[in-house]
Amino acid sequence: MKRLFPILAVLTALLLTYALYQALVVAPTERTMGDVQRIFYYHVPSAWTAFLLFFVNLVASVVYLVWRNPKADALAVVAAEVGVIFCTVVLVTGPIWARPVWGIWWTWDVRLTTTLVLWLIYVSYLVLRRFSDSSQTPKLAAVLAIFGALDVPLVYFSIWFFRTQHPQPVIGGGGSIDPRMLHVLLINWLAFSCFAVLVCWWRYRLERLQREVEEAQALESLLGPGGVPSQSARVKAPLGRGPQ
Amino acid sequence: MNSANSIKFLYAAYIATWLIHALYLGSLVRRYGRLRQQMKDLRK
Amino acid sequence: MKSFWSITLATLSKDIRLEWRSKDALNAMLFFSLLVVVIFSFSFDPNAEESRQIAGGLVWVAFLFSAVVALNQTWARELRNQVLDAYRVSPAPANSLFIAKAMGNFLLVSLLEALMAPLFTIFYNLRVLGPGWQLIPVAVLGTWALVVNGTFFAAVSLRTRSREIMLPLLLFPISIPAIQSMVEATRIILTGDGSARFWIVLLLTYDVVFTTACLGLFETVLQAE
Repeated sequence: MKRLFPILAVLTALLLTYALYQALVVAPTERTMGDVQRIFYYHVPSAWTAFLLFFVNLVASVVYLVWRNPKADALAVVAAEVGVIFCTVVLVTGPIWARPVWGIWWTWDVRLTTTLVLWLIYVSYLVLRRFSDSSQTPKLAAVLAIFGALDVPLVYFSIWFFRTQHPQPVIGGGGSIDPRMLHVLLINWLAFSCFAVLVCWWRYRLERLQREVEEAQALESLLGPGGVPSQSARVKAPLGRGPQ
Repeated sequence: MNSANSIKFLYAAYIATWLIHALYLGSLVRRYGRLRQQMKDLRK
Repeated sequence: MKSFWSITLATLSKDIRLEWRSKDALNAMLFFSLLVVVIFSFSFDPNAEESRQIAGGLVWVAFLFSAVVALNQTWARELRNQVLDAYRVSPAPANSLFIAKAMGNFLLVSLLEALMAPLFTIFYNLRVLGPGWQLIPVAVLGTWALVVNGTFFAAVSLRTRSREIMLPLLLFPISIPAIQSMVEATRIILTGDGSARFWIVLLLTYDVVFTTACLGLFETVLQAE
């Protein structure tokens, strides 16, 4: 398994390079927006990947709540963190695209605003995990993930209705897409998905290592450095994840 | 906005994307290093 | 079912009695709310038409911040006296504790709103152009939306560092659709521009969804402390 990782990393790098070439050179130039439109090939796949990762977090959170599987909790953390990274990319590339094309940095349209709220919810999820000292943090975080998931449809719906009352330019445009552009879009999506899987895999290994270190630290304070139970350890033995 | 100027935004977006990913991956490398060091200290 | 409500009401009346005796939290919050209204009045000085447009936003942001002050002390008394441990081992349903706390917060925040609203009306010379009675369901549903999630997240934040900042940090993103509904509904009612029905229905939906979620998951959170 371990030797597979570098091979996949190289393959993914090649795929990303190919996708970049497709986006910058092969894809046809958009009629009205010009070459700036090519940001689309990075913006949209990042959004799809982020939403998929957040969905993985939701499923892992529910699995954890029901079956208390620690691996599910580890996966939840990983998916949330990498999801936030991809979501950040969406929120940065969106305004960079909007400015030259529509003259505005930001608009409270349905997609951008929902993405922003999702980002806020998951950043708060990560902050909760960072600031919570309890050994029950995974449970609390899982509960927050469920609340977030319940919230998102409401957010989307409320902004959608607001926009029907106060219409404004839609960033990212709607309507049908040229099949050649769709082809390039899908290639970039495949490349970024492979990249996301690799990053998650790497982050997951990091998470497992972190938990091993914490267990070893807990064991050491319980048993003392020589494997002998120490007097003070009996008083200060932490349960599970102690305050870091 | 003319297309010569707006190309800058295209490059800015692509560079920003990879910058964000690079910063994140860099932070992972640093955390790995720190954890491996902690593991070594524990095994002593 | 009968004993559930009797436990809930007993907890609620105990909280009200305790709070009414000391009036600590209440006085602090009242003064804080007054300060918020005054500061906002200095920051925004609109004419009559502008007032009606933005008052919804101003008023609900002010209520939101005052509510957070109220919510942060929800579990303070229970923590001090290890009451939560007692609840964890008692046969009383966890949800009766939650409902009692949420209802207590609802009464407290509603009281704050009832006192701040006239102040806002005076400072901004507000005149309601639409159906004013609709402000009542908006206030009731909106306050419950903030309070039900706020009470829940206050419990989630109990074992975190910087507990007081953790609560708004968790509450605000989740509350966005509710806040938007409250603000838009208030704006529409004040300006008389259209119907607030959609927003009131959305608030009701929000309340139903999240009250159910809180009731379903509170036991998990209580056991997790």
